[in-house]
Amino acid sequence: MIGGLFIYNHKGEVLISRVYRDDIGKGPFPNCFHKVGCTESYRMRNAVDAFRVNVIHARQQVRSPVTNIARTSFFHVKRSNIWLAAVTKQNVNAAMVFEFLYKMCDVMTAYFGKISEENIKNNFVLIYELLDEILDFGYPQNSETGALKTFITQTGIKSQSKEEQSQITSQVTGQIGWRREGIKYRRNELFLDVLESVNLLMSPQGQVLSAHVSGRVVMKSYLSGMPECKFGMNDKIVIDKQGKGGATEEQSIAIDDCTFHQCVRLSKFDAERSISFIPPDGECELMRYRTTKDIILPFRVIPLVREVGRTKLEVKVVIKSNFKPSLLAQKIEVRIPTPLNTSGVQVICMKGKAKYKASENAIVWKIKRMAGMKESQISAEIELLPTNDKKKWARPPISMNFEVPFAPSGLKVRYLKVFEPKLNYSDHDVIKWVRYIGRSGIYETRC
Amino acid sequence: MPAVSKGDGMRGLAVFISDIRNCKSKEAEIKRINKELANIRSKFKGDKALDGYSKKKYVCKLLFIFLLGHDIDFGHMEAVNLLSSNKYTEKQIGYLFISVLVNSNSELIRLINNAIKNDLSSRNPTFMCLALHCIANVGSREMAEAFAGEIPRILVAGDTMDSVKQSAALCLLRLYKASPDLVLMGEWTSRVVHLLNDQHMGVVTAAISLITCLSSKNPDEFKTCVSLAVSRLSRIVSSASTDLQDYTYYFVPAPWLSCKLLRLLQCYPPPEDGAVKGRLVECLETILNKAQEPPKSKKVQHSNAKNAILFEAISLIIHYDSEPNLLVRACNQLGQFLQHRETNLRYLALESMCTLASSEFSHEAVKTHIETVINALKTERDVSVRQRAADLLYAMCDRSNAKQIVAEMLSYLETADYSIREEMVLKVAILAEKYAVDYSWYVDTILNLIRIAGDYVSEEVWYRVIQIVINRDDVQGYAAKTVFEALQAPACHENMVKVGGYILGEFGNLIAGDPRSSPLVQFNLLHSKFHLCSVPTRALLLSAYIKFINLFPETKATIQEVLRSDSQIRNSDVELQQRAVEYLKLSSIASTDVLATVLEEMPPFPERESSILAKLKKKKGPGAVSVELEDGKERGECVNFNPKPQRTSTPSPSADLLGLRSTAPASGATPSAGSLLVDVFSEAGPSATSAGVNDDGFLRFVCKNNGVLFENQLLQIGIKSEYRQNLGRMYLFYGNKTSVQFVSFNTTLNVQTKTVEPLVEGGAQVQQVINIECLTDFIDAPLLNIKFRYGGALQNISLKLPVTINKFFQPTEMAAADFFQRWKQLSQPQQEAQKIFKASHGMDTEVLKAKLLGLGTALLENVDPNPENYVCAGVIQTKAQQVGCLLRLEPNAQAQMYRLTLRSSKDTVSQRVCDLLAEQF
Repeated sequence: MIGGLFIYNHKGEVLISRVYRDDIGKGPFPNCFHKVGCTESYRMRNAVDAFRVNVIHARQQVRSPVTNIARTSFFHVKRSNIWLAAVTKQNVNAAMVFEFLYKMCDVMTAYFGKISEENIKNNFVLIYELLDEILDFGYPQNSETGALKTFITQTGIKSQSKEEQSQITSQVTGQIGWRREGIKYRRNELFLDVLESVNLLMSPQGQVLSAHVSGRVVMKSYLSGMPECKFGMNDKIVIDKQGKGGATEEQSIAIDDCTFHQCVRLSKFDAERSISFIPPDGECELMRYRTTKDIILPFRVIPLVREVGRTKLEVKVVIKSNFKPSLLAQKIEVRIPTPLNTSGVQVICMKGKAKYKASENAIVWKIKRMAGMKESQISAEIELLPTNDKKKWARPPISMNFEVPFAPSGLKVRYLKVFEPKLNYSDHDVIKWVRYIGRSGIYETRC
Repeated sequence: MPAVSKGDGMRGLAVFISDIRNCKSKEAEIKRINKELANIRSKFKGDKALDGYSKKKYVCKLLFIFLLGHDIDFGHMEAVNLLSSNKYTEKQIGYLFISVLVNSNSELIRLINNAIKNDLSSRNPTFMCLALHCIANVGSREMAEAFAGEIPRILVAGDTMDSVKQSAALCLLRLYKASPDLVLMGEWTSRVVHLLNDQHMGVVTAAISLITCLSSKNPDEFKTCVSLAVSRLSRIVSSASTDLQDYTYYFVPAPWLSCKLLRLLQCYPPPEDGAVKGRLVECLETILNKAQEPPKSKKVQHSNAKNAILFEAISLIIHYDSEPNLLVRACNQLGQFLQHRETNLRYLALESMCTLASSEFSHEAVKTHIETVINALKTERDVSVRQRAADLLYAMCDRSNAKQIVAEMLSYLETADYSIREEMVLKVAILAEKYAVDYSWYVDTILNLIRIAGDYVSEEVWYRVIQIVINRDDVQGYAAKTVFEALQAPACHENMVKVGGYILGEFGNLIAGDPRSSPLVQFNLLHSKFHLCSVPTRALLLSAYIKFINLFPETKATIQEVLRSDSQIRNSDVELQQRAVEYLKLSSIASTDVLATVLEEMPPFPERESSILAKLKKKKGPGAVSVELEDGKERGECVNFNPKPQRTSTPSPSADLLGLRSTAPASGATPSAGSLLVDVFSEAGPSATSAGVNDDGFLRFVCKNNGVLFENQLLQIGIKSEYRQNLGRMYLFYGNKTSVQFVSFNTTLNVQTKTVEPLVEGGAQVQQVINIECLTDFIDAPLLNIKFRYGGALQNISLKLPVTINKFFQPTEMAAADFFQRWKQLSQPQQEAQKIFKASHGMDTEVLKAKLLGLGTALLENVDPNPENYVCAGVIQTKAQQVGCLLRLEPNAQAQMYRLTLRSSKDTVSQRVCDLLAEQF
């Protein structure tokens, strides 16, 4: 289990240090000051220093999120300039630790917005309070923001009546810990977002080397009472089971794997593959999934690189949008890497704006929006400085960012039914909104 | 320094550096650097030529980026351009970039060399210095090739500025260190030596570094420097502190130069010229006198400088080792430092004294400080100082104070630092052995040693104690008693159990009379430790048990019971199991007589260099020369463990009792341990260790069957052979003495053999069996060719296999009458072979008898009327025929001569056996 949790700033100074178990810090850590017979707190500092010396200030950039130093494991995630590191001496489930760290980031974001050094310094007390609640002797506890917000508040000590207190207790310890009773809304409303990120690696000839979509269904609900919901989508297994005879015009998709929010009844999903749940109030991530088959690739990148002598390089890149002309892609950005000995760049593009960014060693081409079934082109002349290095340029892939208003996996929400038998509103009275957003993940084409 | 131009601030560089310093994260830093690099690239690429200032600025930025740890692969050309600039700062940056970044890049090196040449030939001293510094900083072979001829010329040229001369001397030193073969002084030698007379002290200081280095390589060429150095030294030493102006450091005149001069003199023996020598002695005395004067300043720099010279002078005195007066004075001076409050001084004093102790003149003087040193060992806070104190104690030890020193070291050992314990243990063991007056003290000391620091007692130490106990009759009983008492401690170290097992197994009978240490009590005591020990120790204990059966028949039932138990006879360790099974069978089948023969007391070990000393030398590395020398000196008076007369009987199986054959090769014993083992087994005479000449090895085997046939640095060939009638079997053991594998190992014999494994692992042994059948009598021995690859080199060794005709002797017992009858029958002249020769070894009766027995014949007693004479008879068995053979050896003790007469039924046999035997006595 997690032995301790530290938050560092970019300099490696410790902002938050919470130790759950004594076993960490019993080094001896390399590169760290170590004295025989030092005190407990001193030894704890040892683990703290070990991470700073060996990861944050490492000579070579540390790419692995898990670092093992002197039989102690450090799991870290980085948010802007802030490092969160969980430390343990035991053989823990690494996925669990990272899930916890991400969850913790979510909770902190929900409480005070962006995770930055300043925000963390301003919320010391709150963070320690949260850490006390969501991690107990290194075991993760209830980390549902909604539930936490009922009893960890930022607005000072709010005297709660006995009734309220007992209500919180019964909710947190009860069967449905994520939703309190007696919620009332005048308008019962429900928002559903399907957020996907599409990842691609393509050869220069246009052959797909690897591609997958990882998606999330995020739900924001403002519903009264304790509504029972049922969510349906074009899952291949469900469709095949139902509509044997009827030729459905809808395409069904094969989901490789998926995970659900804790409110979903897994037994029911396993038995009949139906997704039913009582949602938490407000926002929650209902499910996460991944698909690899029949992915709609929104853009195609066609690169053309020609080396003219030792001192010149000609690059031409064509992008083609590959979706319904009625849809508009947004925030398109193409990043064309330049050799390390570039001394000058001239760019011509038909659409959008292109610029050579020396600090990133790349040409960045930005297009605000672009309709489907269109194509656009950029051409650049790169001047090179002759070097005495015989190494050839490695030609890193051209990468791309975009946002499209459909789900590249092909996922469709078929229904979301709401039943609240105790209160007098029916499924039809609930106002429902569905939105699809497809974003680029690592979307690269080799050149 | 030339005037600095106004734009020297390089604002762009300052801004860039402060930008980098202000970066919040590594990523930001990399982005800033990328941006700057792109900017510089575009500037360098740009069409319009850059002026010197911006070139310098950008090269500087590149240098800074490189020093931050990023790769720079351009800008070299611009840096080289800067070299030809006329401005000091631009040139300086250019040279800096070149020194840091240049690699042996062929196209640029030529340009750089050109620029350097120009600067060297310019008359501007600063430019010359810059060029020289660059050469020294790069110091590559290419640089040496290009400039090794040029620099000496600059160094000795009359019109060169002093500062340039300094740089040139140091630059030349650097080149010489990097590639000595390229720097040839030749004609310059005498002129360089005369730099010692230079007016400018800086030049002298620089030159002396160069001369010291050069003269340590070829001292003869620079011999003349001695007198110059002495006169220079005396001028400095005798000068008042104000004379030397800039070169007086806290009232000490030119301390660095003095140290270097003294160090240079240490490269040479004492000057032969009386005047020079007198002057030098005077200098040294002055230095020693000055040390006594009250300090002129309280500053630490003053005393540091003074002491530096003093210590260097003492080193020189020790190096000369010829001035008793000075040595004693140095020793007294160091004695004062032993109690100085400065730790460094105490350390240095102890260290220097250590070398002083080995000088015959000052040894006694050093000994007077024994109390202080012992006190230092006990109370010193710094471990390195304590270590030096221990070294000094070791060095100053002799017979008079050995007991005290060993006792002190033993008591210190209990609290000693772990890092020096092993060395301390070795030292105590050596001192105890070397200066042992009575052996009970020696045994006590070593057992104490094992008790106190068992973990640090290496194998060699306890091997040695066993060797000594076995070789000395008078100490055996005491050793057995002491070991028995030591073993009674509830927790005793495994090494103690090993020693105890071995000694009680051999000499347990000597203390069995006492009811408190009756055989059964001894056995139970040993066996109570059995389960706590590792496998090698257990194996040794099993051997001790079987020896107990021999020593005390009454313990037989108990021990058999132990051997029979499942934990022994079915032990998972194959060695233990085999021993248990074999010993059990041996004890139940063999008669008491056989048992007594098989398990007889170990023969004494041949005397040779202490393996512990060898180990200490190895541990200390080449630095231990002084210890070695001293040891050589002391050897004459150190106690001798007289080897008993050489026995040449075939080794009984009890040789295995050491319990080492299985352990050492398997556990990859250190080479020194390996050689120890070999000696234990071979029972070879003194010549065995120096075997190397093939024939020599061959002849030694005429009268014996087992031993080491051949040994060099790489390979050792052991031999074990047995003969019966006309058949023989020979086991050859090829032992790899190195830690490296021998590849394609292959042996060929002009007789057919089984092939050996083609690989011999480092430290491992492979075995080859040769079956021999004697068809008819022969003269030439079979040749054995061994080829293998060690590292890359092919090794080829050719040996004569020690198979001689006498190996096929069958001894024949006969009465006197019988003998003379046969003797007369073989009276034809060709049947007899006779030789008269001088004795090459001593004429010891026992040795002669053993040799004759080893020959394979029967030694007939009471046959010859003269009891001094030896008479033997035997039959040589060949497949074709049997050849009877009679032998008579008449020694003449006065003349140290022998007459050897051989008669046999075949003339060639008589001749051959006679030839063979004649070499043996």
